[in-house]
Amino acid sequence: MNAQHEEPVTMDQDYNFAYLDEQTKRMIRRAILKGLAIPGYQVPFASREMPMPYGWGTGGVQVSAAVMTRDDKFKVIDQGADDTTNAVSIRSFFQRVAGVATTTRTADATIVQTRHRIPEQDLVEGQILVYQVPIPEPLRFLEPRESETRKMHSLEEYGLMHVKLYEDISRHGHIATAYSYPVKVEGRYVMDPSPIPKFDNPKLGDCAAIQLFGAGREQRIYALPPYTNAVSLDFEDHPFEASKADHPCGLCDAQNSYLDEVIIDDAGGRMFVCSDTDFCTMRQADGHKGKDAA
Amino acid sequence: MFDLKNVSKTFTLHNQGGTVIEVMRGASLSVSDGECIALTGASGAGKSTLMRMLYGNYSAQGGTVQVAGVDLVKAEPREIIRLRRETLGYVSQFLRVVPRVPTLDVVAEPLLALGVDPQIARDRAAVILAKLNIPRPLWALSPTTFSGGEQQRVNIARGFVHEFPALLLDEPTASLDAKNRDVVLGLIEAAKARGAAIIGIFHDEEARDRVCDREIDVTGFSPQAAA
Amino acid sequence: MSNDALLSVRGVAKHYGAHIGCSDVSFDLFPGEVMGIVGESGSGKSTLLNCMAGHLAPDAGEVVFDTRTDGPRDTLQMSEPERRMLSRTDWAFVHQHARDGLRMGVSAGGNVGERLMAVGARNYADIRSTAIDWLDRVEINESRIDDRPTTFSGGMQQRLQIARNLVTGPRLVFMDEPTGGLDVSVQARLLDMIRSLVRDMGLSAIIVTHDLAVVRLLADRLMVMKSGHVVEAGLTDQVLDDPQHAYTQLLVSSILQV
Repeated sequence: MNAQHEEPVTMDQDYNFAYLDEQTKRMIRRAILKGLAIPGYQVPFASREMPMPYGWGTGGVQVSAAVMTRDDKFKVIDQGADDTTNAVSIRSFFQRVAGVATTTRTADATIVQTRHRIPEQDLVEGQILVYQVPIPEPLRFLEPRESETRKMHSLEEYGLMHVKLYEDISRHGHIATAYSYPVKVEGRYVMDPSPIPKFDNPKLGDCAAIQLFGAGREQRIYALPPYTNAVSLDFEDHPFEASKADHPCGLCDAQNSYLDEVIIDDAGGRMFVCSDTDFCTMRQADGHKGKDAA
Repeated sequence: MFDLKNVSKTFTLHNQGGTVIEVMRGASLSVSDGECIALTGASGAGKSTLMRMLYGNYSAQGGTVQVAGVDLVKAEPREIIRLRRETLGYVSQFLRVVPRVPTLDVVAEPLLALGVDPQIARDRAAVILAKLNIPRPLWALSPTTFSGGEQQRVNIARGFVHEFPALLLDEPTASLDAKNRDVVLGLIEAAKARGAAIIGIFHDEEARDRVCDREIDVTGFSPQAAA
Repeated sequence: MSNDALLSVRGVAKHYGAHIGCSDVSFDLFPGEVMGIVGESGSGKSTLLNCMAGHLAPDAGEVVFDTRTDGPRDTLQMSEPERRMLSRTDWAFVHQHARDGLRMGVSAGGNVGERLMAVGARNYADIRSTAIDWLDRVEINESRIDDRPTTFSGGMQQRLQIARNLVTGPRLVFMDEPTGGLDVSVQARLLDMIRSLVRDMGLSAIIVTHDLAVVRLLADRLMVMKSGHVVEAGLTDQVLDDPQHAYTQLLVSSILQV
């Protein structure tokens, strides 16, 4: 699949660079700057209709379009993988409307748009990680009134967030929330990190890259500037734990990466593989070999 | 303890053309600690009205109604409430309680309101219920289903479980048999002995003679008498 | 004696356009006192309650509360965070409909624990044992702690609402028809429970109801409202047994005797 984006890319001249018009991009950039200035705060923005359905990353695409320059190298992952439908179509979308170079290498990318994962490889200064966010409001499922949740954020009334975790423990004996695990940003705003597994939560804090979150349908943008403090909520007697399947990767034998469970036959056979395809490919290229590797 | 001076009482019936009924004028009486007096007079003469004014239940239009130094005519509700909690007990003819509350708790309530430890309060309630011959199996039931005589004794138990320095008794021995009547009169005598001032309505002449030091005929307080 | 009032209401008025919600209401409530507000529908009693509890902004007046830390303060002049903090800690509000006061999608334990977590409790075991203690106090079996209130009867929901409100040890409870809509036997049990809790915790309470039997059993004092005005106030039994105002006389004489 690497061969695909070695091909020269040509931009479709019928569109403005990166699809959105310049005024819209400026509007989104203002929202992003405000989000960076108030880490974790959900900034409303006038989300545009995009040529894809809601739920397919319209928020992330608008944020990517607003920050993209002609020199950027763009990577898209969906649940860690570069080669799934959503990732492929967003990548080709920007190839067509912005003519930017794309890559699957985390280290080479300047902008990484992601759905539900943070790359295994540490991000560095200068990189931007753009999250696709379905529901930006962490309090939503307990308090359906937006007017009330906004007030709760502004008054820092976050008792309800712990009620959710309490409910988890009372029902399952431990905090069963496995994704969209809420974090408190710089001791102020409670933020939904989008449906990344809680395994990824520790990577949110103190990250060298800029992290931007875009929710298209909900018309919200929020952000974590580099090296921002983000603490996962928990109880004293039920501390936060970044969990993952207790296996090594079947292909690259990585011990500490987030794994997908893959069913491989009709007889119940299965294997665990890195969800981050780039990370796994690189390790295999370096000679690491898991027990299921061919 | 009780000190009434020149008390008057009228009822204005706003919904019946504003009719004003004057029921009492120039009522004065005084009762000292350790004294028990009986209010007498024909039915309708105003005995119950006077009792209710002494308890702060009816408000007087004029004069002063002093109980333990508090003038009920002018007192704030909370002063009257405190007086009723600490000083002034009232045994009425009617039992008014929250339904479904066990008798033992109904009787212990005046003590609980004073902040007495619940266990001690219930123990003391049990002692007085036993003394008044309320069968033990009934203690766990609500008194709302009891017979008239039993309800009367529960009421008396409530009035005597705390040693109120001032007591108002409205027909405490009515509907009681001889044995229980004797117990109640014994309680009244004991209260007097510890210094309680008591005002009562006793239709039971024998009882009145046994416990009362004086009689006050309320007929003298009627507006007609004063006129 | 007025300097030790827990709540001092002065000249509270609320108008809905030309219509008077409530007008020139003043009173003092003292620690441990239970005050009833009665009146027919539309008399302004709920408007008044909501103005006092900070749910409605009155057009005029003061609602001075004796705060734990800073002494008497006009709650209407407080910033919103302060007022909301007050209503989570020292105040409680019991709604007529338990659904309005409970989180129906959250377990009984979570409902009780919410106020604790809101004021910073972060130890699961402690929160849970406090919740169990409170469920017991409102006579809900411990085994129901993880059940949602949707599975509870009306009376249980109301008791749960009370537990949820009282868990932070408030000093003032506002109740809006707390026994409304419950059948009589459930009402009686609830009344007794409220009475014991008020007594044991030394709570002050303001209870809005149209049920005179409820105020007779619960309230020390009574305020009678008509067309937005207080027409009579005083000791509960005095107001009910010797009503002075024409409207109160009508109200008292309108009760069905059983």
